[in-house]
Formats: sequence, C-alpha cells, structure tokens
Amino acid sequence: MQSSQTPPRANLAGWLYVSPLVLVLVPFFVAPILVVLAASFFATDGFGGLTPGFTLASYVEVLHSALTLKLYLATIKFSVLTWIFTLIIGFFVAYFLVFHVRNQLLAIGLFLLCTVPFWTSNIIRMISWIPLLGKEGLINQALMALGVIRQPLEVLLFSDLAVVIAYVHQLTIFMIVPIFNSMARIDKKLIEAAIDAGASRFDIMRLIVVPMSKSGIALGTIFVVSIVMGDFFVVKVMSGGGSASVVSAFYEDVGVLQYPTAAASAVLLTLVLVAIVSLILRTVDIRQEITR
Amino acid sequence: MKSDRGDIELAGVCKSFDGVTNVVDGVNLKIADGAYCCFIGPSGCGKTTILRMIAGHEDPSAGEIVIGGQNVVGLAPVQRRTAMMFQSYALFPHLSVRENIAFALRVRGLSKADRLRAADVMIEKVRLTQFADRLPAQLSGGQQQRVALARAAITEPRVLLLDEPLSALDEQLRVQMRQELRRMQQELGITFIHVTHTQLEAIALADLVVVMEQGKIKQAGAARDVYAHPHDRYVAEFMGGQNVLSGRVEKVNGSCFTLAQAASSGIEVPLQTRPSVSVGDQVDIAVRRDDVALVRPGRELPPGCTTSLPSRVLAIEYQGYFVKVMLDTVPDDAFVAYVPEKTFFADPFTVGDVVMATWATGSALPLA
Repeated sequence: MQSSQTPPRANLAGWLYVSPLVLVLVPFFVAPILVVLAASFFATDGFGGLTPGFTLASYVEVLHSALTLKLYLATIKFSVLTWIFTLIIGFFVAYFLVFHVRNQLLAIGLFLLCTVPFWTSNIIRMISWIPLLGKEGLINQALMALGVIRQPLEVLLFSDLAVVIAYVHQLTIFMIVPIFNSMARIDKKLIEAAIDAGASRFDIMRLIVVPMSKSGIALGTIFVVSIVMGDFFVVKVMSGGGSASVVSAFYEDVGVLQYPTAAASAVLLTLVLVAIVSLILRTVDIRQEITR
Repeated sequence: MKSDRGDIELAGVCKSFDGVTNVVDGVNLKIADGAYCCFIGPSGCGKTTILRMIAGHEDPSAGEIVIGGQNVVGLAPVQRRTAMMFQSYALFPHLSVRENIAFALRVRGLSKADRLRAADVMIEKVRLTQFADRLPAQLSGGQQQRVALARAAITEPRVLLLDEPLSALDEQLRVQMRQELRRMQQELGITFIHVTHTQLEAIALADLVVVMEQGKIKQAGAARDVYAHPHDRYVAEFMGGQNVLSGRVEKVNGSCFTLAQAASSGIEVPLQTRPSVSVGDQVDIAVRRDDVALVRPGRELPPGCTTSLPSRVLAIEYQGYFVKVMLDTVPDDAFVAYVPEKTFFADPFTVGDVVMATWATGSALPLA
C-alpha cells in the first residue's frame, strides 16, 4: 500500500469507480438510516407530531417493555428454525446439483427450476399454502381419507408451523445459491484425491465439502437470518395474527403514530442484526474465501 | 492384503467412454516390482486413462489389471494399495501441510497423535519441516509437489501413480524435482508409474519407457533402447534426436541394402533388425542427429562412411556443448546434425553453405 504516494489522477479514477455505488447507497441507504436514527431521539406529542431534540425516552420505553424481549425471542425462534431447515435443504440440493448431476446442462436446468417459485409474488405463494394446509386442505383431506386422523389438524395453517413452512419455502433459494456457488468451485480432483486416500462418502462431505462450502453457508445464513429478522408480513399472514415479530410491533407503532418508539425499535433491531452478521463474519472470512 | 509386490500386468486393457472409440485400445504390458515406468505420448493418447485405470479411478471396458498377482479391476484404490499424485497436485486448500499429509491416516481412523507423528516423519523425508503448519497456497510449486508426494506415499502404497507431476513447474525446478522423484522412488522401493509428455523427463527417469499413440503402445523398453533403437517412424520422431528418411529399396546385397534417394547415389543401410527387405519396398530409416558429420564438398569422407548427401545449411543454432545445424538434405522432412562445439568451430559453416551430410554406415537404423 502506498496511498500517500497515489497521484491525483489515480485518486480521481478511484472515486469514479465507486461513484455509482455511492450514488445509490447514500440517498437510499445512508440517508434513511440517519433519518430513523434522528427520529429515535425526538420527542412526540402522541399525535404524530415530532419535536426535534435529544431524549432517550423512546429507548427507555422499548428496553423496559416486557414485550420487547418476548418478541425478540419469538423472532429468534423463527430465525433459528428457518435457518436449520433452509440450511439442511439448501446444502443437500446444492450438493446433489454439484456432485451428482454429471451433465452440466441438466445441473443448470435443475438449478433454474429452483427459481421457478420466484416467478410469482410472495403473496400469491403464501396464499397458495391455504388450499394445501387449511382445515379443508389437501393434506387434511388426504390424512382423513387414509384414516390416520379423524379431526382435521388445526396446527397446519395459521400457526407457528405454517410460518416456518412459508419461510423455508421462501428462503431456501437464498441458501442454495451461495452454497451451490462455493461448492461448484471445489475442484473435482480434490474429491478424487480424497477417494484415493480412502475417504468414505461421509468423510468427503465432513472433511472436504462442508469446510470448503463454509463461505456459501455463511452468506446464505446472513441472507436468511436478516430476512426473517426483518419480516413481519409472513408472520402476520401465516400465523393468522396469532404470532408477532419484532418488526410487526413497530409496524403497529407506526400505525398509531408513535414514530420515535418505532424508530428506536428499528435502531435496536439494526444493532442486533449488525451484531449477528459480524459474529458470522468472524467465524468465516468470506472475503478471503471468495478471492480464493 | 495378499501381496506386497508392486509388479503390474496389463492384459488386453481397453477403455471406451462413448462405446464407439477406444481411448485405450488393447494394451498389454508388464511392469516389474520397484520399477520406475514412464508413459509418454502426445495429449489424448490414453496415457492418463491407463494411469487412472491402474489407480482405480476409472474402470477398464475390457481386460485385466493385475497388481502383485491379484486382479484389481473393480477394487477401490485403498484395496489396490495404490496411491495417486494428481496433476496440479489437488492438495486440500483448507488443510495445513501436516493435515494434508495425514489425511489418508485420518480417514483410516488413526488417532490424532499417531497420525500427526507419522505425518511429521514423512514431512521430514520431503524436507518440509519448517512449512508443516502452512496452507498449500503459501507454498511454492516445488514445495506443493513435495507435499503431494508425501501425501500419496504416507499410506505405504505398493504402487505410486504420478500424473504429469512436473508439468506445473518451471524448467529449473523441473530438473531438480526430477532427481527428487527418483531419490524418493529408490528410498521407498516401490513401483512408480509416471505419465509425461516430455521426452527428456521420461528417458532421464525411467527404467521402462512406454511410448503411446492413439491408445496403443508403440514401443516399451529401457530408456536407451527406445531412444537409440526406435521401432518405427512415430517413435523415432516422438523421442527426437533422430533424422528419419524414407526411400525405395534399390538393391539388397548380403548384410546391406541400398535405399534410393532423389539426386544422390543412394544410402547404404545395414540389415540388422529387419531381415526381410526386398527390392522395391518403401522403407524408413533413422540416423541419429549426433551421428551425422558434415564435410565440405570435395573433401574426403571420414572412415566408415559410404553415404553422403549434398545439403544446404538452412539455419544454425548454438546450444552450448553442440551446434544444431539444420539442413535441406531431404525435401519434406527436417534433417538436423548435432555437431560437437569444438568440431564446428574448427571450421564453422554459415547459412547457405553447401555441405555433405554423412554418417558411419553401421549407424543407420532401418525402421519398421
């Protein structure tokens, strides 16, 4: 590094290279966050009016509320469950595509098939669970016809189970893509070398494939966890209003014009997410893995 | 295990990937226990496929592969007690040198202390002790190659298979690692099978050189046999160091026959390996480049030389201990003389000079 010696022309070129990103990030990311941050310190008159100033009252309120902890626990529960299922499904789908489909064209075709559900909107995809999981839905009808159950299972729809199913359905692709990407870069010769050394299929997965897919797993985890933590819509629809999440709480706050508390909650959630993501990044050096 | 011997026999081995063309086509070969064997040929000649079939990474479509008296077709590499060193090494990038080398012991269920101790002994053997904790990416090409060798050798295989082990290295390192391979082979006392496309590498290393073309063995023998006594035009041209001439047999008398050549008095060739030559046959002969002497026209030929072909000097390359003189002796083929440096500079030629190319009659070799 010799930044002190960089000629001005190179400096200008460097700024030009980053300018598109800066032009997008500053107005659409940095500015809104600053607005929310400022709002979280403002006082409110209780009718939506904001008084500029500096008070920690909103934070005190959020942190003192027993509801906050409950909501975080509920959201973390959904995140962990969704993470486990998307990881298992995503890892094995990627593994299958990379190591078992010999024909590359077929592998790409199957990979594209994984994205087909995304050709419709999130809402349609959620609604489409209703005829399947509902009280009169296909699964209940089938189970009753088989004589496995007498009463339709209520737990299938409008429950935590339904929320997790919807999340997994929605987010598995976010696991598949990065894991597929890092697995596809594993040299097939390494697998052969492991076989040559006498490794079993399980040894190869445990000692070669999993460690070498770590960056993909970490990226997928970041996607899935941050999306679930930041979501309120799926919880609301699929739980039938029975469950709530962190975001749904401050969505309610916004609804009743409690902007500073909503903003304080948002800032808190951002901090929690930043902590989680940096924890993940600490365990896996993604940058190093990607440039490998 | 039945046997510790590492002698290999290939019997009628064929391999086809598409069911139509044979990449390896009926190969028969015996390799002695503890031999250093080099397969050599252009890319796509099937040499790597043979190696992979011996290693157990590919199954032959037909034929038998016998190692130490046991047919190993269908067995896993571990059961064959072979180990392979891959082209560009295939070291595990996320494992340290020590862990890479200990990998095979790890999957065999050895305790951590045991396998690391064994790995350290092997690391010592390949002189990498100070690099034991590094990752492969932090090593030079030559060091990576030694890790790969150690990783393959740690299971005490009876056969070690090397797929173009030196191709990723630069010239100087290649010569150095070549010696190291030979040293390791002698130290381990096991059979090495080495695939290469470099002639020098093959003849420098191997007890047994196997020249291949299009899935078939063209010639197999000791390095000196293959280099000095090629069977046919292909081997002669591939191994290099030979001038190949062809012509029609003009007359056969006793121990010699004469080959007709355009614009010359004919070439006299001894009848050694080729007993049945009759007048009118089209025959190829080989003359070693370092057997060719160049004489100025009108001068007396050296003793024992009966053939002399008038030629023009096309180019001259100084090679250090010899000078490479390219001639237009034969119309379509290259004809080259390797003249010892001192001889050349006693009376140097220049490009365009007319010279007589000649050689001792006994050194011309009829080809199949």
